[in-house]
Amino acid sequence: MKYSIFSLARAALSGHRNWPRTWRDAEPKPRYDVVIIGGGGHGLATAYHLAADYGITNVAVLEKGWIGSGNAGRNTTIIRSNYLLPGNIGFYELSMKLWERMEQDLNYNTMVSQRGVLNLYHSDAQRDAYARRGNAMRINGIDAELLDAAAVRKMVPFLNFDNARFPIQGGLLQRRGGTARHDAVVWGYAHAADRRGVDIIQNCEVTSFTRDAGGRVTGVETTRGTIGAGKVGMAVAGSSSRVAAMADLRLPIESHVLQAFVSEGLKPLIPGVMTFGAGHFYVSQSDKGGLVFGGDIDGYNSYAQRGNMPVMEDVCEGGMALMPLIGRLRLLRQWGGIMDMSMDGSPIIDRTPVDGLFINAGWCYGGFKATPASGLVFAHLLARNEPHAEATRFRLDRFQRGAMIDEKGQGAQPNLH
Amino acid sequence: MRIACPFCGPRENSEFSYLGDAKPKRPGPDAGEDAVYEYVYLRDNVAGEMAELWYHGGGCRAWLQVRRNTVTHEILSVEPAAGAGAASVTP
Repeated sequence: MKYSIFSLARAALSGHRNWPRTWRDAEPKPRYDVVIIGGGGHGLATAYHLAADYGITNVAVLEKGWIGSGNAGRNTTIIRSNYLLPGNIGFYELSMKLWERMEQDLNYNTMVSQRGVLNLYHSDAQRDAYARRGNAMRINGIDAELLDAAAVRKMVPFLNFDNARFPIQGGLLQRRGGTARHDAVVWGYAHAADRRGVDIIQNCEVTSFTRDAGGRVTGVETTRGTIGAGKVGMAVAGSSSRVAAMADLRLPIESHVLQAFVSEGLKPLIPGVMTFGAGHFYVSQSDKGGLVFGGDIDGYNSYAQRGNMPVMEDVCEGGMALMPLIGRLRLLRQWGGIMDMSMDGSPIIDRTPVDGLFINAGWCYGGFKATPASGLVFAHLLARNEPHAEATRFRLDRFQRGAMIDEKGQGAQPNLH
Repeated sequence: MRIACPFCGPRENSEFSYLGDAKPKRPGPDAGEDAVYEYVYLRDNVAGEMAELWYHGGGCRAWLQVRRNTVTHEILSVEPAAGAGAASVTP
């Protein structure tokens, strides 16, 4: 159904008891033109764009649990396009533009809130680095403002500006950045894809690929039977290596755990998203009032979806250094998600050496903000067999060619990206 | 997650630095580009038991080979692995 003021009024007359399902609970058909593995934001966005922009509606999204139960439901909901390097910068700005029109495109309230992303700097060298980043953004038509300490103080006067080791000297502000409601993004894409004929199949885990004599992937074996496919796209960040291994592929990826935290609710305090530049701590405030924050990955390979205490301590120390007023705040919840940490910190969206199998992986911990553009460019690749103009550098073989997109300059050590 | 260092006893994991999977071995100088590419970039990314290298920088500064389950974080064994972190070429 289409959501509108009229559907709301109609539903109100029956006490909101008769809302239809947002998407159908589809039974698997024997064959689809395209099968997407992974019912997270990226997989559902891919299916939506295949149907909406490329006219391919015979599409299934297979999800081993329920949609949005992986990283789409475990992130800190930040959207931004403050990247530096060619390859990333245009792609993330494409994503930002899609965020800005998402609610109209999907006919769903995803609570996109452009409340600003402020990266604080604490030294002259860091100011220069942020000036460079801001200039790179502006050259590419993206908004960026370099603020001095006085301007930051006006926005967020409660920060610890005179910290002896890490005084706040200013910040790089992207006003168009902000947050979105992560679950609603999943449900919105499911809603919009379903309306265009896409089958969303939950509790359906892929157990192997079926291949013909020439090695081409012809479908998947699942816990709900064999499903044939013209093409298969995998969007299973966190588990990419495990799924790729079913097609005898080894990837330039390690799986690591990233933790996130929510405090008890507060009155409105933090106007947008803020990051501490001298450690690793980022924070925003949800509409319910809780502070949503996180920091570094734990740093060791993990598929456990939970982390360890030292990182919690480190993240909270970063928070205390930035804003000591949270010292008596209690943590309400904490969880972990499994990140595809690629060898250069940038994603992979490409064909694979296996015919008929396409990969969307390696999102490190930047996957949420990329959701709409990832769906669009992956749909383009699946439909046209060639990369979208904004995703030509996310190739699987870039490591072999020496064409890395290493935003942090850390080299092939995934736990440092 | 605590790692039982064979020299120092059980210590919390923040005392240790992680290098990663112990399996990749640096190829010899004549091994060719593909071998170097595999060594530097490709990983098994094991879900389950994995042998990996940790460095006890906050303690005895020994390299250790730890067998750990990446799905449960259970540590199965810890053994000294002297020199494991040095960039030595496989003979």
